[in-house]
Amino acid sequence: MQRELELKLRRIAVEVRKDVLRMISMADSGHLGSAFSCVDIIVYLYFHLMRVNPQLPGWQERDRFVLSKGHACPSLYAVLARRGYFERQELWNYRKLGSLLQGHPLYTNALGIDAPSGSLGMGIGISCGMAMALKTDFPESRVFCLVGDGELQEGSCWEALMTASHWKLDNLYVIVDRNGLQMEGETETIKALEPLKEKFEAFGLFCLETCGHDFPSICETFAKAAQEKGFPKAIIAHTKWGRGITLAENGEMPVKASLSRNQVTLLLDELSKESAALSEEER
Amino acid sequence: MTMEKRSTREALGDGLTELGRLNENIIVIDADVASSTYVKAFADEFPDRYYNVGIAEQNMVEVASGMALAGKKPYAVAFSSFLIGRAYDQIRCCVAMPNLDVKLVATHAGITVGEDGSTHQMLEDLALMRVLPNMNIFVPADYWSARNMIVSSYKNDKPLYIRLGRPEVPLFYSPWDEFHIGGGRIIREGSDVSIVACGIMLFEALRAADILARQGIEAEIIDCYSVKPLPEELIQSSVRRTGCCVVAEEHNGMGGLCGAVAESLGINYPVPLRFVAVKDRFGESGTPAELQEYYSLKYREIVGAVAQVWTTRRR
Repeated sequence: MQRELELKLRRIAVEVRKDVLRMISMADSGHLGSAFSCVDIIVYLYFHLMRVNPQLPGWQERDRFVLSKGHACPSLYAVLARRGYFERQELWNYRKLGSLLQGHPLYTNALGIDAPSGSLGMGIGISCGMAMALKTDFPESRVFCLVGDGELQEGSCWEALMTASHWKLDNLYVIVDRNGLQMEGETETIKALEPLKEKFEAFGLFCLETCGHDFPSICETFAKAAQEKGFPKAIIAHTKWGRGITLAENGEMPVKASLSRNQVTLLLDELSKESAALSEEER
Repeated sequence: MTMEKRSTREALGDGLTELGRLNENIIVIDADVASSTYVKAFADEFPDRYYNVGIAEQNMVEVASGMALAGKKPYAVAFSSFLIGRAYDQIRCCVAMPNLDVKLVATHAGITVGEDGSTHQMLEDLALMRVLPNMNIFVPADYWSARNMIVSSYKNDKPLYIRLGRPEVPLFYSPWDEFHIGGGRIIREGSDVSIVACGIMLFEALRAADILARQGIEAEIIDCYSVKPLPEELIQSSVRRTGCCVVAEEHNGMGGLCGAVAESLGINYPVPLRFVAVKDRFGESGTPAELQEYYSLKYREIVGAVAQVWTTRRR
């Protein structure tokens, strides 16, 4: 990956995180840490990998994105707005009465939201249906499904993985936001997922692991996965819950935080410092 | 009505195959019950548009949702207990909420499944589907109504649940009869009592009407095949003439057709009302005929219910 592109994506990611923080603080609810852990992946998909056209959200041959961990939708909304699907102003209505941007995503083609989600464990199955339909009609189109790690405790995920490998859906990419946390604590304490890679492989997927915050390795991983024909892909993206906010990264912030005005200012400052550091790097 | 008998589930295979020839976007997704749901006919003729996702109803509904999102017209087929019961959250979040063009077709609904017993005898499906916004519900009574509802269903792009049964029932309708979302049909005119029925209970209502006629009570029978939306005007205009009503269905008396009619009449035009339905119980093993007797789903109960409402009818 070119240095220039990496810096561009990193800059976008910082701006998206700031928007997400503003959205959640204005709504006074939402899942900050879980949204932050997958920002880089969604930015990478929408600003580099996926073939989409914000001016033609209904373009049938487009790539699809299914956010199975629907509670992380502020990140998706902020990315879609920045990508030009709708006005950034709309973000400030997130979770408000009458808003298009619901607490968990409604299927809204005009806004670029490809699938509904919110009830966990359904995204991979929906993605399978899309991938099956696209495979016959538009073989170039791919489906990217982002799932949470805790979400994999839902049995329907594994039903869907069996479907994916049985129909050899090599146009399907299941990306796991492996931040290691779920509502009540660590995934490995509550109900262990490991060995996760081996589980995906046993279910017939081609599985790779990457750091979910490092754009060059994300890029390299997707490129490597794309070469594997005949298998659906699983990419375990190791991420940090609340990435970008030291307090959250260190586990000193509750899962559903209500943030005071002061806290928000401090957190925005921290993100601004990151963007200042990026400007330094660019020079 | 002829003496020939065919099950409504038989209409599924024939209807879907006919649909498959009409529209190449029709996809059938099945949870490993192709033989008993007669979907095999479609699978044989259109192998590229048929997916057996295995014993995985939740996944089936998710896949159907994804197909609809990608522009297809999927029909998800399974037994009622497992399609409606097992995959309820998927139906709610992946079909009804996004208001997608997914057709849920379930066979083996009701007590007349017979020997398989309570797990397989779905008596709560209409209640579960009725309370979902955007959902539409069809309960055909015979082979031709089932087949015609299936064939015409592709013309709309709404979520639709079609409830089919296992046993063979008389052929009542003709191949040319048409059925609409929100529709109902007066299949026998009368001025003394309105009997609103769906599915197999329609035949019991017809038999009850003959007996009642001999006593001088002329029953009006409405085939209320569209349980949701309910043909409220049709029911109300009949009840305004008769002044009393009996509802009959092969379902728990709560939340299904009985509930729907009671809600509608209770608000708009209250009249004496009785239900002939399963009384908040689960099913059990037995032959379909035995079970229909044991669970009081026969013409006799309809006659009894009519006698009760007729004596106190609203004038």
